[in-house]
Amino acid sequence: MSKFLKIFVPALGGATGILAISYMMADQLVVDIPAPVREAIAVRAAYAEEVKAQAAADAEAAAALAAQMEAAGHAPSIEGGYGLGRPALTEEVAAWNTDIRPDGMGLPEGSGDVWTGEEVFVEKCAMCHGDFGEAVGRWPVLAGGQGTLENEDPVKTIGSYWPYLSTVYDYVNRAMPFGDASTLTPDEVYAITAYLLYLNNEVEDDFTLSSDNFTEVRLPNEENFFMDDRMDTEFPVFIRADICMENCKDEVEITMHASVLDVTPEEEGASEEDALNEEAATTTEESTTEVAAQETTEEAPAEEPAVEMAAFDPELAAAGERVFGKCRACHKVGDGARNGTGPQLNGIVGRGIGALEDFRYSDVFQEAHANGETWDEERLGAFLANPRDAMPRTRMSFAGLRDQGDIDAVIDYLKSVDQ
Amino acid sequence: MDIKIKGTKPSRRNFLTGAMAAGGAAVSASFARAQGAPDPAITELQPWRNQLGDGVDARPYGVPSKYASEAVRRDVPWLTADPISSVNFTPLHELDGIITPNGLCFERHHGGVADVDPAEYRLMINGLVDKEIVFTLEDLMRYPRENHVYFLECAANSGMEWAGAQLNGCQFTHGMIHNVMYTGIPLRLLLEEAGVQAGGKWLLAEGADASAMTRSIPMEKALDDCLVAFKMNGEALRPEQGYPVRLVVPGWEGNMWIKWLRRLEVGDEPWHHREETSKYTDLLANGQARRFTWEMDAKSVITSPSPQAPITHGKGWTVVTGIAWSGRGTIPRVDVTLDGGKNWHQARMSGPSFNKSVHRFYYEFEWDGSPLLLQSRAHDSTGYVQPTKNELRAIRGENSIYHNNGIQTWYVNENGEAENVEIS
Repeated sequence: MSKFLKIFVPALGGATGILAISYMMADQLVVDIPAPVREAIAVRAAYAEEVKAQAAADAEAAAALAAQMEAAGHAPSIEGGYGLGRPALTEEVAAWNTDIRPDGMGLPEGSGDVWTGEEVFVEKCAMCHGDFGEAVGRWPVLAGGQGTLENEDPVKTIGSYWPYLSTVYDYVNRAMPFGDASTLTPDEVYAITAYLLYLNNEVEDDFTLSSDNFTEVRLPNEENFFMDDRMDTEFPVFIRADICMENCKDEVEITMHASVLDVTPEEEGASEEDALNEEAATTTEESTTEVAAQETTEEAPAEEPAVEMAAFDPELAAAGERVFGKCRACHKVGDGARNGTGPQLNGIVGRGIGALEDFRYSDVFQEAHANGETWDEERLGAFLANPRDAMPRTRMSFAGLRDQGDIDAVIDYLKSVDQ
Repeated sequence: MDIKIKGTKPSRRNFLTGAMAAGGAAVSASFARAQGAPDPAITELQPWRNQLGDGVDARPYGVPSKYASEAVRRDVPWLTADPISSVNFTPLHELDGIITPNGLCFERHHGGVADVDPAEYRLMINGLVDKEIVFTLEDLMRYPRENHVYFLECAANSGMEWAGAQLNGCQFTHGMIHNVMYTGIPLRLLLEEAGVQAGGKWLLAEGADASAMTRSIPMEKALDDCLVAFKMNGEALRPEQGYPVRLVVPGWEGNMWIKWLRRLEVGDEPWHHREETSKYTDLLANGQARRFTWEMDAKSVITSPSPQAPITHGKGWTVVTGIAWSGRGTIPRVDVTLDGGKNWHQARMSGPSFNKSVHRFYYEFEWDGSPLLLQSRAHDSTGYVQPTKNELRAIRGENSIYHNNGIQTWYVNENGEAENVEIS
C-alpha cells in the first residue's frame, strides 16, 4: 500500500504545482489587461484556486485512504501481544536451546582429547570425511588447505577458512553424524573437535579440549572476514544513470562455450527422445553408443531371477531402520533408490556380491562377483560387524556395528524394504 | 553447498541433440500442414472430441497434462555428494507469468525433507525476551495474517558460472529461484508477544529437520517484513518447502528462509553458525571473505529462447521472454539485446509489479534467421543496473560461489538452437 502512496500522491502534487504556477502568472498579468479580460481571468483564477483546493483535498483524501488501506492490509499490533501461546518450561528450552556462540555461550560441561576424538571420528565420521578429514567423494574436506584461499581452487576447511571453533562444536552437535543427528555426547563432540584441530595442525596430539579452555582456541582465518561492503564497493559502480542503448560496442566475440565443458545433466526420460536422436543429424556416434548402453542397463533387472523373499520380524526391522541411519548417508534403499557414495541396497539379502553394473565396486567385491558369491544373512552379518576383516581392502570406511542386536535389526530392515 | 567449478566431464551428452530432436518434430508437423492439404487435426474426428473424458473424481488433486510432462525439477548429480544434502532446479524455461507452481519450486535440503507431524509441531521463542513462549500450529493460526508475493533465490544460484559458461539451460544456471504468494503472520507480532528486551539485536532461526538449520538475522529485518508463513499459493506449504511453517525473509538469500521452523532465539550478537561462516560467505580474490551478504542483487535471465527452449518455428515473429528480480525493490525496466550488447531494446514488463517479487518481461521481434547473442539487463527501483559477469569478476574474483547476478548470454544459431556462452 505504501507503493500506492508513492505513485499516486506525487502525481497529484505535480498537478497541483502546475495549477499554482499558472495562477501566480495570471495574478502578475492582471495590471496591464483590460477589464473584461481581467474579469475573465479573475474568474479563471478563482476556478484554478478551487481546483487547487480540490486537488489538495483529493491528495489528503488519497493519503488518508492509502493509510487506511495500509492499516487494513497490515496485521495490527496489540499492546502486550495477543496472549496466545504458553510459557516455555525450563526443561523445554534446555532441550532445544543447544546453540553455541563464539564467546562460548551455550557450551555444555565436558571435555575430550585428540586420541579419543580419533576413535570416535573413525567410527562415526570417516565414512564420509575420510580418516584424516580428507573427504570421500564429494563430501566436505575438513582439514588442510592452509594458504590456498587466493588460489584458483581454494580448499576451504576448518583450518584454512572457518573463523570460529564454536561453529565446529555447534554444527557437529546439531547435524552430525549425517543421518544420525543429535546422538553424540558432549564429551564426544569435544573429542571430535579436538581431533579436527589436531588434523589441522592447530594443536598437538596430547591436547584436551574442554568447556574451560574452549574460548582460548582461535582459528587462524578469523581476521579475514569482513561485513558485506557491496553498498560501498559495488553500488557506486552499478547505479548508473546513463545507459548505452545504441552502438555500444563495435565487435562481439564468443569467448567461452558451455558445450565445450559439457557438464549439463542428461534429460530424464530421455529414452523417448532416443529414437528421434538417432535420426537427428547432429547425433554423434558417442551419444548413440551411450543410449544403447543405457537401454541395456534399464532392461537388465527384468531378466534377474525372482528372489525368494526372506521372512523378517517387523519390530526388529523397525529398530533396524533407526540403526540404518548410520548407513543412509552413503546407501539408499526403497523405491527409486540410486547409487550414492555406496551402492543402493534394494534386495541386498540374497543379491549377488558386487552385482550392480552401474556401481564401481572395490576389487574385492568384483572378485566375489566373478566367483558368483551372494550376500546371505551370515555373510552380511560378518561384513556389518567388521567390514575390513570380512572384505579386505573394501573402500567402505565404516568401522562396523559393535552390537549384534543392531546387526540383526539392520538385516531385518533391509529384508523388510524389499517387501 | 559444495559446488565444483572446474570438474571433469561426467556427461558426454551432446546438448543440442535433445533440442534438435524435439524441435525438429514440431517444425515438420507445423510446416506439413501449411502446404495446401487439409489439416487432419481439423478434418478428422479427434478422440477427445468423440469420446467422453474422465469424470470429476479422476484426480482429486489435479496434475499437469501428460503433454506437459517436461516441466519438472531436475538436479545436477555431480554437484553434490548425495541427493539428500543437495539441490534441484526450477524449470524456468517451461514457465511464464510470475508465479512458480508449488510442485516446481526448486528444492535445497541439508538433511532431506523433514516429515513434520502438524499435531506435534511447536514453535519456541527463547533468549532475551520477557516471556519465553511455545506455540502450537493452532495458536499460530489465530494471529492476523498477511499475503505477499516474494521471490526466494538461493545465494548460490548461478554459482557454477563464476569461472565461465558451464551449464546449458536456464533451469540449471538460474533455476534456484521461485516466486510464490505466502500467507503468514508478521514475525513482528510473535516477537511482540514474547517482548524483545533492550539488548535483543539478533535473532537465531532454527529448523526442525535433520540438519537443524540455523541462521542469524538482524532484529531490524525481523521486525520489518519477515513472515512466519504456512501457506504458499493458497495451499499448505509443500513438505519440501518447510511444511507446516517456514520463515520468509523477503529479498534476502534463500538459506535464511528457515524451513520447518521450530525455534526463534533472541540474542545480543550473531551466532556465526556453519551456514554463515563456512558457507554463504563470499571469498574474494585476495583471500578475504565477505560475511552477511544477505540482500540479493538485481538480476534477470531470458528463459526463452534458451538452451532447453530453442526456437523451433524458423524465421519470423519471435517472442523473447524472461524474468527479473531484485532484493531491494521492484524492477521498473529490463533491456534486451539480440546482438551481444551492441544495441539494446527496452522490454515490455507485463504482470503485477510487487516489491521483492519476480517480474516478467517480453520483447517481440521478427527474426531473420541469423545467429543471435541474447542478453537481458535488469534495472531495479534503486537505480542499480545488472552488471556483466566480467564487471563482477573485476571486483570479486572467481571464487566467491555466491551472489552471481551477472548478465547471462545465450547464443542462438541459424537453426534456433541455443547455447550458454560468454562474450567479449
